[in-house]
Order: sequence, then C-alpha cells, then structure tokens
Amino acid sequence: MFDSVNASAIKERVACFVVWLGAAAILCVLMWIVFDILMKGASQLSINFLLNAPEDAGRSGGIGTIIVSTLMILAVTITAAVPLALASAIALSEDAKSGPGLSGFVRRSLDVLAAVPSIVFGLFGNAFFCITLGMGYSILSGGLTLACMALPILIRTTEQAIRAVPSEYRHAAAALGLSRSTALFRVILPSAMPGIGAGLVLGIGRALAETAALIFTAGYVTRMPESLSDSGRSLSVHIYDMAMNVPGGNSRAYATATVLVGLLLFINAAALATTRYAGNRGSSHVMSGAIR
Amino acid sequence: MIRTELLSVHYGALTAVRNASFYVIKGKIAAIVGPSGCGKSSFLSAINRMTDLTPAARITGQIFVDGTDVHSSHQDAAELRRSVGMIFQKPNPFPMSIRRNIQLALKEHGTRRRTDLDTTTERVLQDVGLWDEVKDRLDSSAMELSGGQQQRLCIARAIALQPQVLLMDEPCSALDPIASAKVESLIESLRGRYTIVIVTHNLAQARRIADQVSVFWVRDGAGEIIEQGPTMDVFSNASNHTAAAYLAGVKG
Repeated sequence: MFDSVNASAIKERVACFVVWLGAAAILCVLMWIVFDILMKGASQLSINFLLNAPEDAGRSGGIGTIIVSTLMILAVTITAAVPLALASAIALSEDAKSGPGLSGFVRRSLDVLAAVPSIVFGLFGNAFFCITLGMGYSILSGGLTLACMALPILIRTTEQAIRAVPSEYRHAAAALGLSRSTALFRVILPSAMPGIGAGLVLGIGRALAETAALIFTAGYVTRMPESLSDSGRSLSVHIYDMAMNVPGGNSRAYATATVLVGLLLFINAAALATTRYAGNRGSSHVMSGAIR
Repeated sequence: MIRTELLSVHYGALTAVRNASFYVIKGKIAAIVGPSGCGKSSFLSAINRMTDLTPAARITGQIFVDGTDVHSSHQDAAELRRSVGMIFQKPNPFPMSIRRNIQLALKEHGTRRRTDLDTTTERVLQDVGLWDEVKDRLDSSAMELSGGQQQRLCIARAIALQPQVLLMDEPCSALDPIASAKVESLIESLRGRYTIVIVTHNLAQARRIADQVSVFWVRDGAGEIIEQGPTMDVFSNASNHTAAAYLAGVKG
C-alpha cells in the first residue's frame, strides 16, 4: 500500500523534473546565444560603429549604412505586405462561407508557401523582381521578396486574430443594423489589433533574420543607399559576409549581431507595449465584465 | 404589431421551431417560456432575421412586423434590425467608450450633428437609469462597467435607434439577483413605449412583467407553442396538461 503510494509520488517527481529540465534547456540555449554575442560583440559597440560606413571590407569603420539599408528594406516589406495581408485575412475570415473551396485552396497554398526555403524565395525574387520587372539588385527587390516571404505568417496570424474576436460583437453589430464594413472597421478590426500586432512582429522578425533571399535581391553593396532602387546590404547579410568571407571579420560579425538582436528585442518590446495599450482600451476586460 | 404564421426555423435537417403562430399588439410585453432547447431563441432571432447570420438556417412561414413581411425579398435586413432591437443573454457592449457604444449605430443611421448625438446619448442613458452612474466617465471603456450596467447600456444602445420592437433573449440570466431586478424593472418601465418580446427561464419573472405568455415545448423533435394567452389565464388555467404542469413547477 505504502509502496505504491511512494512509487506514484516518485513517478510524479521524475515527470516534473523532466518537464522542467526541458524548459530550462531551452532557456539555457537562448541565454548562451545572447551571452556569447554580447561577450564578443558588446565591447566593439560605439557611437562611431553605429553611424559610420564600413571600411576595409568591414574590418574597420562601422555599420551605419547597413542599418539604414536594413530599415529601408524593412519599410518596403511592411508597406507591401501589411495591406495585402489584411485584405486576404479579412477575405479568408469573413467570407469563408461564400466560397469554401477557394478559401481552402488559398489556405493550403499559404501553408506550402510558408514552408518554402528562403533560398528559393531569393531565386524567385531575383528572377521576377530583379530581372523580369527590371528592378535590378535593389532595396525595392529585396523588400518585395521579403514581403512574399512574410505574407503567409502575416495572413495566418491576422486571420486567427480576426476569428478570435468574440462572436457577440458581430451579433451586437448586426442587431444594431450596422453594415458589414462598419462592423469590420469600427468593431472587429480594432478588437483584433493586439493579435494583428503580434503577427506583425513575427513577420518582421522573419524578415530581419533573412539572409539567403536578400543576397540575390537586395545585393551586398555597403554604400549608403540613395534611393529604393540602389542596392543595399542588410544586417544579416553583413553578419554572414563578415563571418564567412572576410578574414579577421569575426569580431565585427559579433558586434553586428549584437545590434541585430538589440533591434529585434526593441521591436518586440515596442509591439508588446502597443498591444498592452490597445488591450487596456478594451478587449482584456471582456471576461471580467460579465461576471460582476 | 408582431404576427407570425406557421413559422418554422430549420437548421439543415434539424427543425428547431415548428408551425409557431404568435401575436402581440403594440406596446405590450410578451414572454416566451419553456425548457432549454425548445426553440425559444431561434424563434426570437427569426423575427429580426438574425437567423441570416447562420448559413444553415432556413425559415418557412411568415412573420409580420407592423404589417410588413420581414422575410420578403425587398425588406432590407439592416433597416429591419434598426426598428427591431435585440438584447442578448450575455451583455455585449463593444470594447470602446460608453459614448461610442451608443453613438456608433446612430452615426451609421444618419445622425451627424454632435449636439444631437450627445442629447440622444443622455436621454437614453436616463431612460435606462444609467446616466447618474456614468455621466462623469462617458469616455471610459464600457468594459469597465459591471455586468448589470453593461446590460442596461446595451438596452440604451438599442433604444437610441428608436425601435418599435425590442427582442430580449434571457436578458437577466447572466446577472446577479440585484442587477437582474434592476434590469427587470427597467423592462417594465419600457412597457407601452416599445413592443417587447422577452425569452426567459424565470417563470416568476414572466408572471411579474408579461402581459401575455407563450409556452414552448419540444414535440416530435421540434419546438412548438403548446399554450399561449394573457398571463393570468395561462398561469391559472392552462388548457394543455404539459404546460400546466410546467408552469406549476411540477415539470420541466
């Protein structure tokens, strides 16, 4: 009797230990990466590094022009991807009943697209944007290629955010005789904003991390870009180049990685803050209200 | 004011309501009672065509509101719902300010001037007894209100559109007894100004506020009206045995 109780208690403990071990291992990996980058990169950071153009193939100088190129590529990506993603997500979530065949096909295509390796996107971007549309190696080509890559994840998260809006709001809107577009733009999309923001962060994260697709489209010129049709090197491409192609570039690669990780953390924090703000204005109180 | 003739509501192969014929005159309160799953809510949502939102739902029979056939092809659903307001079981204010909750639909239906909007807002909040509680925080979120306050806000939002009819789907069942009593006395105060059809589980409530009562019951897999008439008659001598037993609390 006692033995069996003991045995089950031990089983419980072992299971608990294993589960926590897994969680701790994940945390360790993340900490290791961040510490490794910080240890080797933080000492190189300075205002000059952030502002100046690279010199001697990147061994000296800074990454100012590369930060500018990265932000420009990101801006193109967001400008192109967000309206498209919103429109498709609304179509998928609101009009599902009018054409289940079509929306099912669109969803399947998105899943396939999300699984396509980035190098394939790079080749497609090169063939389509650079050559067919004649944009050449440019920030525009790179940004648009990244938009194609980020679209599946943006559309899926946005669609889920819209679907997660309580159906009570739709009913309330319909019962007040509101048109579908008023219900959508004034009630449903504002309530879905936190989720849409989270999706945007994921999409931006994917775009910032991208290297392979950009080498073929945005190029790797380190000059300060003067317009969207100039070639420009992104942070991730710079890291790759410093680490793989430039002897003695390792420490610079680490310093650039520090900046990239910092940028990602900043975007995450900003998105979280915006989400909190939007949440406080409404949806987070949905549950508490009905019970009181 | 509202008349249905042999109204049936189907969901695919399922029949929720069968051959319901119902009548209520202007300004009266009609209660619909019956056990869960007997088609009360389906019946109610057929009246303002909320059933349109359920793709599988199909209506047969006829519904007249103020003499107009609700399901005729040239009746605009949005126009209909403007004159037939609906209150739901779970209070469902929009996640926005109290003011915007009331004014969103008003703006949609053509009220543009700021002063008109604010006058209406104050009037309807007075009507539901919420004005003194919220007048200093009209611009804070409606989600911060208590459940009872939210439900009264929803009623205010509905009557701001000056409907002729209010449909209420168990408006008190998600509320605590005190909030429930407040909403109930609010409904009573609306008698005469709006035609009200209220679905309720609470027989005592039906007895207190309704002018007439319809009892729904499941027969052969679908909800039917088995008894209806003036409240006192139905409660004291229902001709249908099942209904009499249900109303006496013996069954259901």
